[in-house]
Amino acid sequence: MTNKKSADSRRARIQMTLLRAVVYFILIVLTILCLFSFYMLIINATRSNAQLQGGFAALPQGHFLDNLRNAWTDASINIPRGMLNSFFIAASTAVLTTYFSALTAYGIHAYDFKLKKALFTFIMAIMVIPPQVSAAGFVQLCYKFGLTNKFWPLILPGIAAPVVFFYMKQYMESVLPMEIVEAARMDGSNEFRTFNTIVLPMLRPAIAVQMIFSFVASWNNYFLPALLLTKAEYKTVPIMIAQLRSADYSKFDMGKVYMFILLAILPVMIVYIILSKSIIKGVTAGSVKG
Amino acid sequence: MKKHRGISYAKWGYLFILPFFIAYLLFSFLPQALTIYNSFFDNYRQGLTQIGPTFVGVKNYIKLFTPDKTGTIDILKYAGNTLILWVGGAIPQIVIALLLAVFFTSYRLKIKGQQFFKTVIYMPNLIMASAFSMLFFTLFSNVGPVNQLIQAWGWSDVPIDFFAKKVTVRTLICSMNFLMWFGNTTILLMAGIMGIDQNLFEAAEIDGANSVQVLFRVTLPLLTPILVYTVITAMIGGLQMFDVPQVLTNGAGNPNRTSMTLIMYLNNYLGGSKNYGMAGAISVIIFIITGILSLIVFRTLTKKD
Repeated sequence: MTNKKSADSRRARIQMTLLRAVVYFILIVLTILCLFSFYMLIINATRSNAQLQGGFAALPQGHFLDNLRNAWTDASINIPRGMLNSFFIAASTAVLTTYFSALTAYGIHAYDFKLKKALFTFIMAIMVIPPQVSAAGFVQLCYKFGLTNKFWPLILPGIAAPVVFFYMKQYMESVLPMEIVEAARMDGSNEFRTFNTIVLPMLRPAIAVQMIFSFVASWNNYFLPALLLTKAEYKTVPIMIAQLRSADYSKFDMGKVYMFILLAILPVMIVYIILSKSIIKGVTAGSVKG
Repeated sequence: MKKHRGISYAKWGYLFILPFFIAYLLFSFLPQALTIYNSFFDNYRQGLTQIGPTFVGVKNYIKLFTPDKTGTIDILKYAGNTLILWVGGAIPQIVIALLLAVFFTSYRLKIKGQQFFKTVIYMPNLIMASAFSMLFFTLFSNVGPVNQLIQAWGWSDVPIDFFAKKVTVRTLICSMNFLMWFGNTTILLMAGIMGIDQNLFEAAEIDGANSVQVLFRVTLPLLTPILVYTVITAMIGGLQMFDVPQVLTNGAGNPNRTSMTLIMYLNNYLGGSKNYGMAGAISVIIFIITGILSLIVFRTLTKKD
């Protein structure tokens, strides 16, 4: 080992340490950026209106339960009702979306039929069309046939979810051995039963991840529900949050406002904190492979 | 019973995909066709009276592209806003995501706590956009904590009205979009980099390439398809920008409609006046833009195979 060589490797090591320090610095800055607003939300949800008007605080101040009570029992924004409505729509959508996407994916994956290729290409093509471009017609139909202030027009479209379909298809290609399906056929199981009792349980991880994603997407959805749910008792959480924004802001108890926002995002946050590992894995599993 | 295997099973294939196509037909295709059809009609409400539907040809489209009294063409202005708001968030989003993806996958750097960082940076992606926007509105309002800090630190004697200036409103919207999406992009790009043959990195290293050379000569060229995919899907997503600016500006796109996006414009016609004619025309235009963008995605993805 020559001197020059060891000097080189020392320099390389110092460079690497420096680079690592820079990288950690960037990561910490980004972490603070991501968490700052949520930290302020949680802190401010524990402060009374007077405290909030009084100035900045970095630590909690003990009015959490007051704010929760005030927000929960507010007369104009019925947040428990909104959360219930949102939960009903999101949970039903999640179940329908994952079940029918798996069924569609299985139909394309497991069987040979004439239009298979064409239909697959078609689904892939409609995957990128934003739902907003058909919203005008959808809203018109809903008003024409008296389907406003009903939940199912917001739930049933979930049956056709190209992105979830694609994820399920990819998943089947990697984990679903057709031998098992063949074996079930030998045992005389009909195809629909085979799907429900044998295929579906094997897709459990994919279904769980996609259920979370579709639940979250539906829970957060604002555009279409805001156009269709006009009566107070049918409103969902995002509509109520937007209502909060349009109300006369200066008259509001700010502690309550922060609590409303916290309640709106809390369910998703809790699920995320518990299941973050599998959720993050699920982000990539269905996308194109490089 | 199972002699005609091929024939009898094909039937099941059709049966299983049937619900998808029925739902698509009823809830997407039909409304889509109706939207296009409507764009050629006068069909709106004026107070309590319903006007139309009357066939008017391309009048709605002409109206869309006719300058108003001040000489602005609204749809172009809003398309411009949408583009600016998208670019302002997307550039840092993609640059930072690319950097992070390279950091995280580098076996030389061996970054610790990856799971933690990934969990944190992905989180804003799942947060309700309207609530996130409302949160920013409260945090940056005249009496919000940000202004309280600015005054406490003596940076300014009077509160800064973040919602009165074009630059600050747009910056806030771009920042929110950045925060909501850079984690997602990081994870996608990481998967892309990990999909690259590891031998190539080793070979480059043996040949004496440094980290920067590896990034520009190996990683980036091989990552191009997935990068194109990411950029264009982000673009299609940007075209749909609605919740954040809508809630932040209470639907007004303040100041002076400089943060009004295309979908907010569409929403204005759908909301009160139920102007299906104009809403239809706007939808068709958004549809065409999306179509062009999608075609590019489709091309880049199929070229690879």
